[in-house]
Amino acid sequence: MEHIELFFKSIFIDNMIFATFLGMCSYLAVSKKVATAVGLGAAVIFVLAITVPLNWLLDQYLLQPGALAWLDAGYADYDLSFLSFIMFIATIATMVQLVEIVVEKFSPSLYNSLGIFLPLIAVNCAILGGSLFMQSREIPTLGLAFNYGVSSGIGWFLAILAIAAIREKIRYSNVPPALRGLGITFIITGLMAIGFMSFGGMLTGGDESTDAEPKTVEVQDSTKDKTEKELANNTKIIE
Amino acid sequence: MGLLSKKDSKLLLDPLTDNNPVTIQVLGICSALAITAQLKASVVMAVSVIAVLGVGNVVISLMRNVIPSKIRIIVQLVVVAALVIIVDQVLKAYSYELSKTLSVFVGLIITNCIIMGRFEAFALANGPWQSFLDGVGNAAGYGLILIIVGFFRELLGSGTLFGFKVLGDPIEKTGLYAIGYENNGFMLLSPMALIVLGIIIWVQRSRNKDLIED
Repeated sequence: MEHIELFFKSIFIDNMIFATFLGMCSYLAVSKKVATAVGLGAAVIFVLAITVPLNWLLDQYLLQPGALAWLDAGYADYDLSFLSFIMFIATIATMVQLVEIVVEKFSPSLYNSLGIFLPLIAVNCAILGGSLFMQSREIPTLGLAFNYGVSSGIGWFLAILAIAAIREKIRYSNVPPALRGLGITFIITGLMAIGFMSFGGMLTGGDESTDAEPKTVEVQDSTKDKTEKELANNTKIIE
Repeated sequence: MGLLSKKDSKLLLDPLTDNNPVTIQVLGICSALAITAQLKASVVMAVSVIAVLGVGNVVISLMRNVIPSKIRIIVQLVVVAALVIIVDQVLKAYSYELSKTLSVFVGLIITNCIIMGRFEAFALANGPWQSFLDGVGNAAGYGLILIIVGFFRELLGSGTLFGFKVLGDPIEKTGLYAIGYENNGFMLLSPMALIVLGIIIWVQRSRNKDLIED
């Protein structure tokens, strides 16, 4: 099921923080306490869930080469994709402003705890990155675009929750003075990213295509001596 | 410097070390990590950001008295987006392969926190010449970090700099490879950029004790 595959792929394998480092600035700034991290993560999921499908619609019916054919057959060779950046960022800024108004009205406590970070989501690389990756990976349907938005947001949320929890715990650890705060956070995030790389093997096995079958590798021996050559002869490519 | 007053040269030189946007102000991290696997990509990104931030700072500074406060974020975004579209088209025209490597990260210059950060913190309150210097200085500081990280990652990860094999040929086994040295392929993967950056911060804060936070 491509929905389930996209869902898990966007959370673990293409994680916005650990694989592509989108949204690092607010990730580093807000992760000192778990409570604010949860608030910001939820806001990011919400904004991504709204903006990615919206930008997909814009891309499909306005920006792609040949997209304007629905308006009039004569417009079919227009390619407005160079306007993508400005159109995407315009929808994002508008949606964030809307979200801010709605949150202020319905949950003043959340609005106060998020403070300056809610308007800053508009310039969070993760939001624009979500839309740009949606465009460059040519996600085919609106449903998948919504799926991608929500799951990328969940991946980001997972990352910021984890680092906030770790930072709270290491407050009492004996970190060298020059590494305290920012330095150790970078190194921990790097180690977490290495950990998340282990998910890379997920979703690549099975009966999808012949390319995905495992191969054993033949050892190349050019100038080694005889005994190694004999050993090497025992291995060969199995397909 | 002879041409610039002391205050002006401070604007240009401070962000290179003591007020570095990446390591001290914690801005512009995203692209500093993602594209530094090749030194060439780092240099091109650094030049692009210098161009966008320098020109953008001047434009915002010239408009600073006419932008209504409520829509200033949108105005800033429009200015940056327009400049980035130009940079993107120039890159696609003159260096298509590289623009494919940089892919979405050229677009992400728009949301690069350094640019919005400097607009808000400096260009909205200062004249055009100072804003230009501040923009170029900060982008140069960012570029410096990019180049350092890119240098180590490319050198240790693939044994090349700018595509030129500097440690010898790994297939022919010349140079350093003759004694058994192997490329550390791990350096080309993204997590190592984070760790290299952590080490740079460590070195910088050990040398300048004022920057240590508690």
